[in-house]
Amino acid sequence: MKFFRIFSRNIRDAALSVIRNFSLSLASVSSITITLLVVSISLILSYNVDNFATLVERDVTIVAFLETTATREEVIEVENAIKNMDGIDSFVFQSKMAITEEMMESSEVFQNIMKNWSEDENPLQDTFLIKVDNIDEIGFIAARILELEPVDSTKYGEGMIEQLVSLFDVVRKVSVGIVLALIVVTAFLISNTIKIAIFSRKREIEIMRLVGASNINIKVPFIIEGLFLGFIGSIIPVGATIYAYNRIYENFDGQLFSPFIRLVEPFPFLYGVTIILIGLGIIVGMFGSWRAVRKHLKI
Amino acid sequence: MSLIEMRDVKKRYKNGVTAAQDINLNINKGEFVFIIGSTGCGKSTVIKMMYREEKPTSGTIVVGGLNVGKLRNSKVYKLRRKLGVVFQDYKLLNKATAYENVAFALDVLGLPKSEIHKKVIKALDLVGLKNKAKNYPEQLSGGEQQRIAIARAIVNGPKILICDEPTGNLDPPTSAEIMKVLMEINKMGTTVIMVTHNHDVVKENNKRVILMESGRVLKEYKEGEYA
Ligand SMILES: Nc1ncnc2c1ncn2[C@@H]1O[C@H](COP(=O)(O)OP(=O)(O)OP(=O)(O)O)[C@@H](O)[C@H]1O
Ligand SMILES: [Mg+2]
Repeated sequence: MKFFRIFSRNIRDAALSVIRNFSLSLASVSSITITLLVVSISLILSYNVDNFATLVERDVTIVAFLETTATREEVIEVENAIKNMDGIDSFVFQSKMAITEEMMESSEVFQNIMKNWSEDENPLQDTFLIKVDNIDEIGFIAARILELEPVDSTKYGEGMIEQLVSLFDVVRKVSVGIVLALIVVTAFLISNTIKIAIFSRKREIEIMRLVGASNINIKVPFIIEGLFLGFIGSIIPVGATIYAYNRIYENFDGQLFSPFIRLVEPFPFLYGVTIILIGLGIIVGMFGSWRAVRKHLKI
Repeated sequence: MSLIEMRDVKKRYKNGVTAAQDINLNINKGEFVFIIGSTGCGKSTVIKMMYREEKPTSGTIVVGGLNVGKLRNSKVYKLRRKLGVVFQDYKLLNKATAYENVAFALDVLGLPKSEIHKKVIKALDLVGLKNKAKNYPEQLSGGEQQRIAIARAIVNGPKILICDEPTGNLDPPTSAEIMKVLMEINKMGTTVIMVTHNHDVVKENNKRVILMESGRVLKEYKEGEYA
């Protein structure tokens, strides 16, 4: 009972303090709002990029064409080199003769043209089909395969997906940097707001100490004030995220550019985002106020 | 056993000033003690150590069974709940009424509203200001403000009341009123320790007197000895 009376008192004090220092509270809240909006954007991008990546990963294959002049020894050399590379899921070899036979079987036209080709005259190329473990590495692996002497050229995947993935990846990295910087600024602003709150209630704090309020009891309202600021700051980002993501999902019919790139379904994805945004707002708020309390409320 | 005991207490501030030394004091339950002496002689320092606003540099201080010098910061509230403190400048909350100022002391301790009400009314009655409960500090005279501060200090029934020049800002008739209230509180069993500059007040109330000079206790007068 006593605990709840003191606790509800602390909450009331914190709420009053937010209102009393309105302009500073507003600055802190705005800062949290901006931070969380950026967090929200980067969360949505990250999740969707991961989602595309897992979708396309299964089907991404590098096709490596060997020089027509490649000898049997050179083919074995390439095969061994691919075997020893990291990041390769599986590969198959198709010799030009096997391809020729396959083509001749599929149509009479081919059969008539090709039946007289000797090994040396055959213009087709020996081919390796290589599946990679991770789409992010596909460009890198293709380049390494191309470096092998008998390899003439390589082709892989839908270039657009790869470009999209790498573009979003850059965006994600940049936004992580921005978020970190914004969190520092926000924590500083909140810390400053709480510092002012502490100074404006100096007399009250002095009397509380004098009449025997415990230290925790004196400090907790300021921590709660930080928590409130963080929570209030997360309201707009949460609302905007839920609204905007649903609209985007509906507008694009759940896919981007091609049916291959599916967007993450809004629910339960957005529940997770909501929890992260509110949680982060509260943590940053409490961290900022905790710093101010530690520094300016030495009791 | 005495309620307050100081043994070889010394206080040296960070700036190198030794404000109190060789302080040996025993104050018993129910006593009324004046601490007097010229300005800067260390009176405030001695009582600040009693309510642990300052820590002694050396020596032991025991107040109500608590070893004050060894008390951790996080445990100071335990000492503060055993005593009330009153200052020359009242230290009231200007945005709160007289009633709210007194209630504040109990509110922060989490007492239920009904109990707070009973105790506040009793304390306001004791200092004779029940009829001014709704006034804000600026609507009260200096003497009335000080009586509110006293009500706040004693509302939770402390064993000890410590006053640092409570009449310092008040004229003689108003000082006399404050003294009447303090004597009343003392009669009800509370130990009162009062620092003052005011010789008339000390002479009019024949109580134990501790005279300080340059950080030391120069002389002690038993009840009725100081004239
Ligand atoms: N916090 C402090 N830091 C450094 N020196 C202090 C501090 N408080 C008091 N002093 C010094 O200690 C000495 C005693 O001060 P104290 O306040 O105890 O005197 P006092 O007897 O209460 O004086 P007054 O009658 O003027 O209130 C003074 O020289 C004062 O300057
Ligand atoms: Mg003094």
